[in-house]
Amino acid sequence: MKILVCLKQTFDTEAKVVLDGNGKIDRKGVSMIVNPYDEFAVEEALKIVEKDGGSVTVISVGDAGAQDALRQALAMGADDAVLVDVGDTELDEYSTATILAKAISGMEYDLILGGFRAIDDGSAQVCGRVAEILNIPVVNVITKLEVAGGKATATREIEGGNEVVEVALPAVFTAQKGLNEPRYPSMKGIMKAKKKPLAKKSLADLGLDAIAPKVKAISFSLPEARQAGKVLQGEVADTTAELAKLLREEAKVI
Amino acid sequence: MAKGIWVFAEQLGGQIKKVSFELLSEGRKVADTLGEELCAVLVGKDVAGLAASLGEYGADKVYVAENAALENYTTDGYTNVVADLVKQYEPSALLLGCTVTGRDLAAQVAQRLETGLLTDCIGMEVADGQIVFTRPLYAGKVIVKASVPDARPVMATIRPNTFPVASNAKAAEVVTVDANVGEVRAAVKEVIRVASERPELTEADAIVSGGRGMKGPENFKVLEELADTIGAAVGASRAAVDAGWIAQSFQVGQTGKTVSPILYVACGISGAIQHLAGMSSAKCIVAINKDEEANIFKVADYGIVADLFDAVPALKEEIKKVIA
Ligand SMILES: Cc1cc2nc3c(=O)[nH]c(=O)nc-3n(C[C@H](O)[C@H](O)[C@H](O)COP(=O)(O)OP(=O)(O)OC[C@H]3O[C@@H](n4cnc5c(N)ncnc54)[C@H](O)[C@@H]3O)c2cc1C
Ligand SMILES: Nc1ncnc2c1ncn2[C@@H]1O[C@H](COP(=O)(O)O)[C@@H](O)[C@H]1O
Repeated sequence: MKILVCLKQTFDTEAKVVLDGNGKIDRKGVSMIVNPYDEFAVEEALKIVEKDGGSVTVISVGDAGAQDALRQALAMGADDAVLVDVGDTELDEYSTATILAKAISGMEYDLILGGFRAIDDGSAQVCGRVAEILNIPVVNVITKLEVAGGKATATREIEGGNEVVEVALPAVFTAQKGLNEPRYPSMKGIMKAKKKPLAKKSLADLGLDAIAPKVKAISFSLPEARQAGKVLQGEVADTTAELAKLLREEAKVI
Repeated sequence: MAKGIWVFAEQLGGQIKKVSFELLSEGRKVADTLGEELCAVLVGKDVAGLAASLGEYGADKVYVAENAALENYTTDGYTNVVADLVKQYEPSALLLGCTVTGRDLAAQVAQRLETGLLTDCIGMEVADGQIVFTRPLYAGKVIVKASVPDARPVMATIRPNTFPVASNAKAAEVVTVDANVGEVRAAVKEVIRVASERPELTEADAIVSGGRGMKGPENFKVLEELADTIGAAVGASRAAVDAGWIAQSFQVGQTGKTVSPILYVACGISGAIQHLAGMSSAKCIVAINKDEEANIFKVADYGIVADLFDAVPALKEEIKKVIA
C-alpha cells in the first residue's frame, strides 16, 4: 500500500496575527505547526502501513520553511517527503491543488490522505480539488477508515450523525478530529528523520509555469476586539434574575 | 455572458435548510444591484414540492433536478448534477451554505468548473460590478475581502446565521431539468442520524455550551434543561469532548464547529483562544464561571461569577419567568 499525505504548514493556533506595512498578513516571527488535521492524516497513514505494510510519503506545497513540518511527519514515521517550494508565490486553493495534483500524478499511490481543512484559511477545498483533478473519488471529514482488498470503508461526519461509505481505491480521504490520536515523534524518530529523503522540487521541475490564482484578495483587516461586558457578582438568586432580565430587555436575545 | 445569481437550496429529509433561505434573502439584493435573476437549485428525490417555498424568499426561478439516486447526498451524484446545470446555464455566481454538505459539494463543483471558491464567508456586497465576499482567516484573527475577478461562476459558501431571512414573496418559475447522476464512486452503505429535538449546532439561534467545569457527562443534563427552555442547541469545549463526556460533533472551536448564534452561553469554559475561534461571531455571549479572572469574561457581554451547578438551574428558572 502506497499512501500519500498532503500536509500543510500553518500558523500556531496561539499565534498573534498582525498586518505588515502593506496591509498584508505578517508571517515574520510566527511559530509554525503542522496543520492539526493533517497530523490525523499522517497518523492514519502510519497505522495502515504498520498493519498492512507499504510506505508513507508526505507532500507539501509551501516555502522552504515547510521542511520543518515535513520533518515532523518523518519523525512520526513517514518514509519520505516531497516539498514543492514555491517561495512566496501567492496561492489559492485552485493553484495549490493544481500543483499538488501535478506532483502526485508522477507518483504511485493507492490512497491519499489529507486534513479536511487547514486552520489558517479554513477552506476545506484543496484535497477535494486534488481528487477532482486526478479523477478519483474523495470522502471528506472521516472519523474512521478501514482498508482491505482494494477497497476502503470510511465513516464520515454528516449533519446530525454519520454515514458509512464504501469506495474502491485509489481515493482521497480527509481527516476529521476523532479519527485517531496522533503520536508524538520519539527522540529516535527525530534522529532518524534527519536522514530520511526529503526531495525539493520547483514548479519548473514539475513542468509547471506560474499558475494564476482564481481568488483575488482585496484587503485585510483585523477584527474589532470584543469588549468585556457586565460581570455580575453576588447571590446567585440575584445575579441570575438580573441576567434573565438583561437578556430579555437589554440584549433582546430571549 | 454569464448571468444569474444561483443559490444551492440544501434540503434534508424534505426540509429546506434555513441557511438557503438566508442566502436567497441576501442574494435578492445582490441580484437586484447587478440586474440579474435570482435562481435556486433544488436537487434530490421527490423535492419538487419544496420549490414554492424558495419563491417566498425571493427566487425568480427554481431549477428542480429530481432522481431516486439523489435521495442521499453523495459527492459524485450531486457534483455531476450541479456542475452540469452550471455548464448549461452559465450563472455568474453560485452560493451555498457553509454546511457539511455545502462545503463538500462546493469544492468539487468549483474544481470541475475551474473557478474560485470562497469558503465560510460572513459578508457579501457588490463593488465595481463584482461580488466581494468577507471571510475570516486564521480562525477569525484576520478578516479578508476577496473576489473572483475573472472566472465564472464566482462561488462562495456562507456561514449559517450570517444574513437575516426576509420574505420577498414571488411566484417562482419552476424549471424541471434532467438529473444525470452519473457514476457514484463512493457508495453510502449506512446513514446513522441521532434523532434530536434540538436545533443543529451550526444553525441554532442559541447555544448553551459546557466545558471542563461540567465535571462529568451526567451533568450535561443541567445544560440541556437550560437549552430546552430557550430552544437552544448544546455545545462543548474540547476539554469536555476529550474527556469523553460528549461527542466530538458538539465541539465548538478551531478544531470543532464554527458557530454564529444570536446567543451563546458558555458554562464552565475558560475561554481559550481556540475555543473563542469558533464562537466569537456570536451576537451575545454569556459566561458562567466561578473564576472571575477567566478569559471568557473578557469577551462576554454578560457574565455571572458563580458555581455553574447553582447558577445554571437558577438561570433556567429566571428565564422561564421572564419569557412566560
Ligand atoms: C491545536 C489545538 C486546537 C484546539 N481546538 C479547540 C477547539 O476547537 N475547541 C476548544 O474548546 N478548545 C480547543 N483547544 C483547547 C483549548 O486550548 C483549551 O484547552 C480548551 O478550550 C479548554 O476547555 P475548557 O475551557 O472547557 O477547560 P478549562 O480551560 O480547564 O476551563 C474550565 C473552566 O471551568 C471553570 N469551572 C470549573 N468548575 C466550575 C464550576 N463548578 N462552576 C463554574 N465554572 C467552573 C474554571 O474556572 C475554568 O475557567 C485546542 C487546542 C489546540 C492546541
Ligand atoms: N500547501 C499545501 N500543501 C500540501 N497540502 C495542502 C496544502 N494546502 C492544503 N493542503 C491539504 O488540503 C487540506 C485542506 O486544506 P484547505 O483546503 O486549505 O482547508 C489540508 O489539511 C492539507 O491536507
